[in-house]
Amino acid sequence: MTNRVKWILLTVICVVALGTTAVIGAVAWQSTQDRDTAPSVVETTGAPVTGDRIMFRNTAAGAGYGHVASVPLDDPEAARSLLGVACDRLDATTDEIACLRTVRGIAPSFVALVLDPSGAEQASWPLAGIPSRTRISGDGTLVATTSFVTGHSYATVGFSTETVIRGADGSDHGNLEDFALTIEGAPFTAIDRNFWGVTFADDTVFYATAASGGRMWLVRGDLAARTLTSIAEGVECPSLSPDGTRIAFKHTASGSGSTVHWQPAILDLATGAVELLPEKRSIDDQIEWLDDDTILYGMPREATPGDSDVWSLAADGSAEPTVFLEHAWSPAVVRAAR
Amino acid sequence: MYISFNNTPAQGDPDEPTPGDEAEHAAERRPRGIRTVSSTVITLGIVSMLTDISSESVSAILPLYITGVLGLSTIAFGVLDGLYQGVSAFVRIAAGYASDRSDQPKWIAFIGYGLSAIARVGLLFATGFGALTAVITADRIGKGIRTAPRDSLITAASRPEALGTSFGVHRTLDNIGAAIGPLLAFFILLLIPDGYETIFAASLAFAVIGVAILGFFVPNTRRADAAAEARARQPRKKFDWGVVLRGPMRRVLAGAGILGLLTIGDGFVYLVLQSRSDFAAQWFPLLYVGTNVVFLACAIPMGRLADRVGRARVFVFGHVGLLAAYVVAALPVADIAATLLCLAFLGAFYAATDGVLAALAAQMTTPETRGTGIAAAQTVVAVSRLIAASGFGVLWFTLGREQSMYVVAGLLLVAVVVVAVLFRPFLSSTRGVAA
Repeated sequence: MTNRVKWILLTVICVVALGTTAVIGAVAWQSTQDRDTAPSVVETTGAPVTGDRIMFRNTAAGAGYGHVASVPLDDPEAARSLLGVACDRLDATTDEIACLRTVRGIAPSFVALVLDPSGAEQASWPLAGIPSRTRISGDGTLVATTSFVTGHSYATVGFSTETVIRGADGSDHGNLEDFALTIEGAPFTAIDRNFWGVTFADDTVFYATAASGGRMWLVRGDLAARTLTSIAEGVECPSLSPDGTRIAFKHTASGSGSTVHWQPAILDLATGAVELLPEKRSIDDQIEWLDDDTILYGMPREATPGDSDVWSLAADGSAEPTVFLEHAWSPAVVRAAR
Repeated sequence: MYISFNNTPAQGDPDEPTPGDEAEHAAERRPRGIRTVSSTVITLGIVSMLTDISSESVSAILPLYITGVLGLSTIAFGVLDGLYQGVSAFVRIAAGYASDRSDQPKWIAFIGYGLSAIARVGLLFATGFGALTAVITADRIGKGIRTAPRDSLITAASRPEALGTSFGVHRTLDNIGAAIGPLLAFFILLLIPDGYETIFAASLAFAVIGVAILGFFVPNTRRADAAAEARARQPRKKFDWGVVLRGPMRRVLAGAGILGLLTIGDGFVYLVLQSRSDFAAQWFPLLYVGTNVVFLACAIPMGRLADRVGRARVFVFGHVGLLAAYVVAALPVADIAATLLCLAFLGAFYAATDGVLAALAAQMTTPETRGTGIAAAQTVVAVSRLIAASGFGVLWFTLGREQSMYVVAGLLLVAVVVVAVLFRPFLSSTRGVAA
């Protein structure tokens, strides 16, 4: 092959490779434009929903994608009230919204916001990584956030989570890694411990997941004493029932690493009994309780990246899961009389 | 700098003498002293640059993609990391050895680059986490395969006395790619909010162009004496493990291992910075880009310095940069200056050690054992750093962030002195000892 032929071939390869990329990019850009300007595929409204409601991240294509939305609790099919505020994860009470957001930019950054019901910012603080979970305590004074600290690549630090508790005014109550951890009765200081998925019982007591060396535990946290104590093994991403007697969680049904299959399950705190619920798909969400008998969780739509539905399931396992809210993610049940 | 895709290695390419090349051969042989770096090195640098744009653009956005688009948690991700590292270390040695035995460093490197490029095709179609994991594993194996043969190609195309400079030039180009990749990816995301597919396509495009340039324009520089040997119908020199495992090379491996055990990885340094400084927390995803920029800026000066005062010396004392980074990270100053200073020290450390170690390993081995020797040195460093990272985790939780930084810094100071003594026989040497 002469140099001339090589140069011609290289030029052809460059043109084809970069040209194809440009076409793919242009198509993606156009479809993004279309999606953002097209009317939402669901019915929306600007009027706020009062009374018992469910707030969530709207994942319906069209205008308002990714925004905080709410619908009445007793009529989830109703027109969605959009807030005009984008959140990746959220939790809400009657008075405030905890919102975790990815801020795009040449250096993407991540931020936690406390918003009032109208979407106005009350407090904010930077997050160390990609938003994962957030929960507000019952009376709204505390906000817990979990984010993935990933460095840049799959090679540097490996995986790590950062879970912090803050006051709704932004005051710092600490990183769970700095709390004294007791596993199965003994102090635990292993190198690779990680924490995620806080669920509050009140303003002192909370539950969360602690993990190390491939094992994980449900820990009971005491914010005043700054302690974490394991109470069960294999309970991941806990969510305390409204009556405070049970924990809904992700149970590792099979596999590990990339092949893990998580099944929703209920732990009875008094007896320690665990009931696995009839859901065949793997769930990866912090479960939300609709009421004492029903749980909610998000499930990505396989055919449509970036879209998902919220499903409901009887907490006693008596029925199969059903779609509760289409095109929705990160549900938060807001009861006026909580 | 004069950049050329000219198909002419320093020793000439016996495989493909084309009439048009003859004159250039003659022209290039004459001013040998003027051009310090062979065009082969530059071409390999461009291949690495394109490949790094390709891989770094994807790894920068992968966590966002997994959580944001696939709706998965990245918890499973870290679990497999140790496995990848182990596999990567193993294939690296195997590829170095294969490159030495077959005397086909270009094509072994080509397989490595090619595998990574093919893995990018998979990215366009992988939708689940399992498929994604397979793609990343293939990419890492490709990286393990290509490194040592590529570095032995650089060595073969360089004059021995300018080896450090050659590696410096290569690493500079390489890191330009590592700095462009993430910026390109985030820029695409800025234009197209969910433009992950576009990023994957761009990644594939750059990988393919890199592989094509390697295939077309990098000569399969074989051993300088291979042609002469063939003519004389003598059997090839046998591969001598002794060169790699005994004599000065053993000291190099031991020294690199000792220092590697105290190289905890920039990830931890960034975490210390991030825990104390809002500036570092905000710019966390780009801290390593800052390190890369310093690395690329210093790689050539450090390489030249290594050629002048000795590669072993620059390699050992380059760790003082790491030491300084540890100390600055742990000092109770939490402002922008501390963060930037830390990145500067880290970058200087990489510039003084990464390419210089390859040059040192090449200097201490014979042409027949070069690929294996370079691979062995890089594997020792990779494995010892992996051990360092997990060991440091223990310290982190028993002593606390800052204290453990100081402990490692103290140990590193001792190690630098010890290794300097260990390297004393060839500390300032710039010529091959074993060759």
